Amino acid sequence: MIEQKLSVKELKRLATEIRKKILLMTHKANSGHPGGSMSLVEILLALYFYKLRYDPKNPKWELRDRVVISKGHATPAVYAVLAKAGFFSEEELEGFRQFGSKLQGHVYFEVPGVEFNTGSLGQGLSAGIGMALASRYKGIDFNVYVILGDGEIQEGSIWESVMFASHHRIDNLCAILDYNKVQENGFVNEILKIEPLKDRWESFGWNYIEIDGHDFDQLFEALDAFTSNKGSGKPTIIVANTVKGKGVSFMEYNHAFHGRAPNKEELEKALKELDGGDNV
Amino acid sequence: MSSELKPRPTRDGFGEELVQLGYENPKIIVLSADLEDSTRAEYFKHKFPERFFNVGIAEQNMVGIAAGIAREGFTVFAASFAVFLTNRAYDFIRISVCYNDANVKLCGSHVGVTVGEDGATAQCLEDVSIMAVLPNMRIVCPVDYIEARKATRAIAQEYGPFYMRLSRAPYPIITSPDDEFKIGKASVLENGEDLTIISYGITVSESLKAAEELRKEGISARVINMSTLKPFDREAVIKAAEETGAILVVEEHQKINGLGSMIAMFLATSYNRFVPMEVIGINDEFGQTGKPYELLEFYGLDYKNIFRVAKELLKRKK
Repeated sequence: MIEQKLSVKELKRLATEIRKKILLMTHKANSGHPGGSMSLVEILLALYFYKLRYDPKNPKWELRDRVVISKGHATPAVYAVLAKAGFFSEEELEGFRQFGSKLQGHVYFEVPGVEFNTGSLGQGLSAGIGMALASRYKGIDFNVYVILGDGEIQEGSIWESVMFASHHRIDNLCAILDYNKVQENGFVNEILKIEPLKDRWESFGWNYIEIDGHDFDQLFEALDAFTSNKGSGKPTIIVANTVKGKGVSFMEYNHAFHGRAPNKEELEKALKELDGGDNV
Repeated sequence: MSSELKPRPTRDGFGEELVQLGYENPKIIVLSADLEDSTRAEYFKHKFPERFFNVGIAEQNMVGIAAGIAREGFTVFAASFAVFLTNRAYDFIRISVCYNDANVKLCGSHVGVTVGEDGATAQCLEDVSIMAVLPNMRIVCPVDYIEARKATRAIAQEYGPFYMRLSRAPYPIITSPDDEFKIGKASVLENGEDLTIISYGITVSESLKAAEELRKEGISARVINMSTLKPFDREAVIKAAEETGAILVVEEHQKINGLGSMIAMFLATSYNRFVPMEVIGINDEFGQTGKPYELLEFYGLDYKNIFRVAKELLKRKK
């Protein structure tokens, strides 16, 4: 359980620290997905240091909230935050994407804190629904959070799940869309438009919340709005407007860094920028 | 052999046993993609509506939900036509079920050309090969209604992903309730020394008939029901090779990457002597509309063709 909630100021400092880790991890592995990890940092910190019920010493605790990382390539951010939350030591991050390490390229359930293996987009929401239903069968009230990528919702299977969740009134389910606007080959809405998001999700019967996904106060408020919405029968979608590659000027909104690690020169430049950034 | 019993589709055995399991185990959940009438999963729905979901025509979501519930400690059966289940939801089976080692039992009915009049789209002929290549996945194919009941129970009791191949066509009853069913264990239905016919599903009974015809000509054929296709019973195959010296595999399935392929590779890499082998199956083509037995005959899966091919095979035996 979270013993003591961190102040927003402390969380901002943590966000910078996590972003540096993302850069260092992907640089060392000479592979990975830094862009969509940098966009996800505040979302994950808000979950693990504000909202979630969990015990890092007992990752399978029956009462824990479940988190499914459907955009399974966001491992640099996910592993760095899980280590920070105490699920495993930060030294283990050194093994990211290395042979013999549990820290596989895409989220892997042998890593403490990882609930479900993904990596093929469009699957995590179904799994999250399954877990939310299991909470009913078990008579244990936990919440299920599913982290979606924006490009990911181009997968048709997502909309099968979206229909199912509202039809069956699964209101202990919260999808969080990391709306960083960029996918592997360019801008999401130029490749295949996912807008209008509000109309689409609301017409599918979801409780729709849209926020700035880098603003902790807005994240806290949205996450609390989800839990106070329980009982309504509606699943919740939080559309978190974010910036791909957030925090480093030449990575922001740059699709080249969707699936490419920074080289040595880029790394040094990026770290310097983060050190001087307003998140400090 | 209790051949006087009326043939029944194996889906019936699945549906009925599932209900029994439902009474015994409150942790069994059943999902269907709007074909529970056809797969017989509806028997469970009627008894345990609170543990049943018709997810609509959405096989991917069904399989993903199944994996999510299963990871929470439940035993989840997901049923549909074999074609839609294994093909449409393949990537979900690969990642959500197999890579997550989720305790999901995929039950696909309507296999083979004996689906009949619905034609090619509904006749699943590739499920064994595409399921077999997935790590953690095991495959069973009950030979009749009685074995279907046992197989349903067995896969429910064994942790991990399973695919069970079920029929719409009535299969002759060739086992008895007292026969043992064990995952991974083949059963020898007919003993013989001159060659071995290995089969699964409806073609087992055709193989038995062929063996009868062969016996009239003084040829003794062993007939093996390979009801677990992965992992198949290697010991039974080696014994067959050793003791009969010729193997004929008969499958209502594509020959490419079917049981015949798997056995041929196994023998070629694990057995030191040459064993002449032949495979009867579907030759890289789609099925078509027709009556079940009409199609069985057209594709050479009937006892007359098995009889003919067996004799040809014997000519190659040294």
